Amino acid sequence: MKTLADLKKIREKAQEEMKLRGGNVRMKIVVGMGTSGIAMGAREVMKTFLEEIANRNLTDVLVTQTGEKGLSSMEPVVDVIEDGKDKITYGNMSPEKVKKVVVEHIVNGRIVSDFVVATGN
Amino acid sequence: MSLKRIDLLICCGSGCISAGAIKIKERFHEVLNEKGMTNEINIIETGCMGPCDYGPVMVIYPEGIFYKKVTPEDVEEIVNDHFMKGRPVKRLMLQDDEEQAISAKKDVPFYQKQVKVALENCGYIDPESLDEYIATGGYEALGTVLTTMSPQETIELMKASGLRGRGGGGFPTHIKWQMVHDAKADQKYYICNGDEGDPGAFMDRSLLEGDPHRVLEGMMIGAYAMGASRGFFYIRAEYPLAIQRIKQAIAQAHEAGLMGDNIFGSQFCFDAEVRTGAGAFVCGEETALIHSIEGSRGNPTPKPPYPAISGLWGKPTVVNNVETLGNIPTIYRKGPEWFASMGTATSKGTKVFALTGDIRNTGLVEVPMGISLRELIFDVGGGMVGDHKFKAVQLGGPSGGCLTTEHLDVGVDYETLKEKGAMMGSGGVIVMNDQKCMVNVAKFFMDFCVDESCGKCSPCRIGLKQMYGILERITNGDGREEDIDELIRLGEAVNKLSLCGLGQTAPNPVLSTLRYFRNEYESHIRDKACNTKVCLPLIHFDIDKDKCIGCSLCARKCPVNCITGSRDEKYTIHQLDCIKCGNCQEVCPVKAVGRIPGMHPEMIAKREADKQRLASED
Repeated sequence: MKTLADLKKIREKAQEEMKLRGGNVRMKIVVGMGTSGIAMGAREVMKTFLEEIANRNLTDVLVTQTGEKGLSSMEPVVDVIEDGKDKITYGNMSPEKVKKVVVEHIVNGRIVSDFVVATGN
Repeated sequence: MSLKRIDLLICCGSGCISAGAIKIKERFHEVLNEKGMTNEINIIETGCMGPCDYGPVMVIYPEGIFYKKVTPEDVEEIVNDHFMKGRPVKRLMLQDDEEQAISAKKDVPFYQKQVKVALENCGYIDPESLDEYIATGGYEALGTVLTTMSPQETIELMKASGLRGRGGGGFPTHIKWQMVHDAKADQKYYICNGDEGDPGAFMDRSLLEGDPHRVLEGMMIGAYAMGASRGFFYIRAEYPLAIQRIKQAIAQAHEAGLMGDNIFGSQFCFDAEVRTGAGAFVCGEETALIHSIEGSRGNPTPKPPYPAISGLWGKPTVVNNVETLGNIPTIYRKGPEWFASMGTATSKGTKVFALTGDIRNTGLVEVPMGISLRELIFDVGGGMVGDHKFKAVQLGGPSGGCLTTEHLDVGVDYETLKEKGAMMGSGGVIVMNDQKCMVNVAKFFMDFCVDESCGKCSPCRIGLKQMYGILERITNGDGREEDIDELIRLGEAVNKLSLCGLGQTAPNPVLSTLRYFRNEYESHIRDKACNTKVCLPLIHFDIDKDKCIGCSLCARKCPVNCITGSRDEKYTIHQLDCIKCGNCQEVCPVKAVGRIPGMHPEMIAKREADKQRLASED
């Protein structure tokens, strides 16, 4: 390391590794991981999100989890939360659907209305 | 890019480690392995998070959930409920006054009045990771200083910030730097004073353990300003983890090219090493510390010459405290105006305190200078444990003094504390409730100073011993009317005549308790009574005949058989034989045994008779 630019490069990479501890998060994906969610495959759904986001190197997207959301008949349920916008809730998710949501909604900002079960809070 | 979705930060400060943090960390590894979740969860060992009383503590991101007093048995529940199902475990959270669980770390009252500068990263980053330090802006200040500022400009900026030494004296940092900068020499040295020896103080240890790179960066910025090319970390051997972490930080900085020759492509070359101290309190005094590094006995020498003129091996040397160094990188990154905007007219920035004693939230805190003692003790510290009342607070360790309820609204800064008879010291804050005997407290600190006196100069070596003798006499019930004046006379003499800071300040605890709790000394001497029931010779046990049911339990449990009686007559303690062990009080089923202030009249009479007999034999 010889210049401030070198330092900046290391910093950006390291910040990426620490993004879970706050900082620049554009979008948050919250997977419902209650008992019924897990029974319907919520863990697979979450893993697919994590993989897809890692593959695309989306540094400003955070995947996290919550408990039972009360939409048991539509599990697995996923919220996509973006600052200043309505919360979008997707239901009956599967790994295939996740891939589509990542490409359309997360990357290109187009909501996949076919999977949406609720909007707003 | 990683698949991690949870950062689990386990506090591995010494407090939490002794409470079992390592076992918990291992248990997390086991459970996550079993469940095949190791690639989703980051387990990070951090430095001290502060609330040591609640240890082992941990924070889980992204939610920022704070758990306290976690045991290995809780780990599986945390993984199952929190990590798998997203349901944080309520019973491990802090409770507020309405017994509602407080989930997020930022909502914990302990943190709310705190402003973290030196401790910014403590408990937030992995102290063994250079990358994590860089991620928080680390080494940016050093790079900027080295590539854009001259040494004199660097000193000017320090002057504008108003930073003063955090080791106790409060000497302005920029003046030390300027003196060494102006001194002509082929070699200059920078020493980090990590010889933290006050009872109850652990600020420096926590900073060295929790964020070693910050201290190192601070040292390098200062070294550039004054033209030093070699640095020493003087850390006591009782701090093995701090030593290990700072050594590792130095090695990492070398490897990354942040240390060594031509740092950031500039002309500045710097190297540092660690020297361990044997744990003598006097080695925190800068001249003694310098002799210790040189390999001599750690004895202080007169100043002047100041170390800035003739220090280590006779070369110009700056000695800065760990916390002082910890403030430096942030001052250069955020600007001196930002730093100077906190605090009072004469004391800028923040101060780290180690809160201990009869207080709810013992631990490590950082607050803006000028905060009132009331806020520090009752808001940050959470108030007193149990139903006891606040009585006094000892600030500045064995060099400081006790303040009382009337000072609760005093703002904490160097000048105000000194004026009231205490001192900032390194930042140890020992809070005491109304069960503490102030004479006994003064005796404790005096005992410490007698032990730690290096013995070089007579006022400290002999004077402190004499003062201790008088205190012992008073707490044994042999106090004389003239003892108080004698303590003051001796204390002032030791203060004026001692060679170094240790001796000069050692009488402070006695003088300050005499100033604010003179009546306690007087009742010890005149009434032969310790009203807080601490000094054993000045209390007695007695059985209330009206309450006694004559069960004989006390008599059977008395180790010296000094209780006699019967069911009808009830029981009596023979005062002259009683050793005041307190067994009788503990075992009494009807609480008939009382611990009563004051020597028993029988005992006073016996001692009087003994005295007269001795006098007549002469």
